[in-house]
Amino acid sequence: MPAEYIPIVIFLVLATLFPVVTLLAAKLVRPSSPYAAKLRPYECGIEPESDSRGRYTVRFYIIAILFVIFDVETIFLFPWAVQFKTLGVFGLIEMLIFLGILVVAYIWVYAKGALEWV
Amino acid sequence: MSPLMVLFALAKIVVILLVLLTVVAYAVWFERKLLAHMQCRWGPTRVGPHGLLQPLADAIKLLTKEDLTPSEVFPLVYLLAPFLSLVTALLAFAVIPFGPETRVGGMDLFQIADLDIGVLFILSVSSMGVYGIALAGWSSNSKYSLLGGLRSSAQMISYELAIGLSIIGVLLLTGSLSLRAIVENQAGAYWGFLPRWNIIPQFAGFVCFLVAAIAETNRLPFDLPEAETELVAGYHTEYSSMKFGMFFMAEYANMVTASCLATLLFFGGWHGPVFGPAILQALLPLLWFSLKVLFFLFLYVWIRATLPRFRYDQLMAFGWKFLVPLALGNLVVTSLVLAIRWS
Repeated sequence: MPAEYIPIVIFLVLATLFPVVTLLAAKLVRPSSPYAAKLRPYECGIEPESDSRGRYTVRFYIIAILFVIFDVETIFLFPWAVQFKTLGVFGLIEMLIFLGILVVAYIWVYAKGALEWV
Repeated sequence: MSPLMVLFALAKIVVILLVLLTVVAYAVWFERKLLAHMQCRWGPTRVGPHGLLQPLADAIKLLTKEDLTPSEVFPLVYLLAPFLSLVTALLAFAVIPFGPETRVGGMDLFQIADLDIGVLFILSVSSMGVYGIALAGWSSNSKYSLLGGLRSSAQMISYELAIGLSIIGVLLLTGSLSLRAIVENQAGAYWGFLPRWNIIPQFAGFVCFLVAAIAETNRLPFDLPEAETELVAGYHTEYSSMKFGMFFMAEYANMVTASCLATLLFFGGWHGPVFGPAILQALLPLLWFSLKVLFFLFLYVWIRATLPRFRYDQLMAFGWKFLVPLALGNLVVTSLVLAIRWS
């Protein structure tokens, strides 16, 4: 069983080596003459006003939380889908109850306006 | 595994990796040329006939450009981000089967590894790509990059949900997570002429998958993370030279993977009319697979040439309020129909 993963490890090593070798090769041929103005963050030629890692809108955080909940749901669905025939009607009803609870949660989230992006 | 087998696997992987990188390079040429013709322009014409050597010229240019590391970046994270993007984009290819099982010396020729969790492997590896973009945006110390990185992570995780849910319909039909088994299940035809591709029983799932895959690869009309006209170049504003090239390659490799996945899951993989002598019978499935993947790449460019970019609130609303309920509904209907048919 783990033997199937050996080619994947080889592939991973090669796929990592490719960018490393390219970067090292580029180092041999490319010029390098940095100076202070060139290294400043790009802001259309104007002096940067403030630090870039400031605060940002909380919407991104809400999306991340919702993602965790609904993605775990998807993970539960995968094994059920694969074993659908074996589990039969019992599995189907169980899963419909599970989905029903989630749909209630989805409607609640929708009604609360968490999916609105203003 | 014996050392000889490992050597054989190594040779096969090198060949597949080279083919993949060539396809990625020429996907750029294909897109530029096709887009140009759709807009009544010529596209690249100077480097080689029909600009066919353009990818090579681009590579040489990227290699010889100065590589700047702006002040105040987090050096380690700044360097790690393009690696994460590219390596995960390439790694997703490890489980994609290109043709029917063809064993030479106990080793399958047209696939690197036939995992029985192939679909899960692709989903997990491709979702790792979010880290590359988020870290690039955060470590660059540029406002454009940070905005691009944030937008991109939120967009990718939202649409990942839709992708996951839309695939479950196919899994219900097949009962396996192995990509090879999913394709084998699509052999034959309904009533003797209509191919048994999953797109027919799973049309809603296919639409959902296709839209979500375009959003997941950050392509137009969902290219908010880059949005040249407002964010300059989004998360890779501060990257230059080969590091920029790595993000670029990752994006096109993701496009190729998404096209392959759409082909395997919904378009019957390598199935198609097979005839003629033995050698032709062995090669035709590869041709059908390539043609189907090319069709999806064409679709990407076609959509890009046709549709304007979405607004960010429209994008999020579309993902959460339309695609997720659609995929869930498709899942429930599919399971009910299957249960009635099998009982």
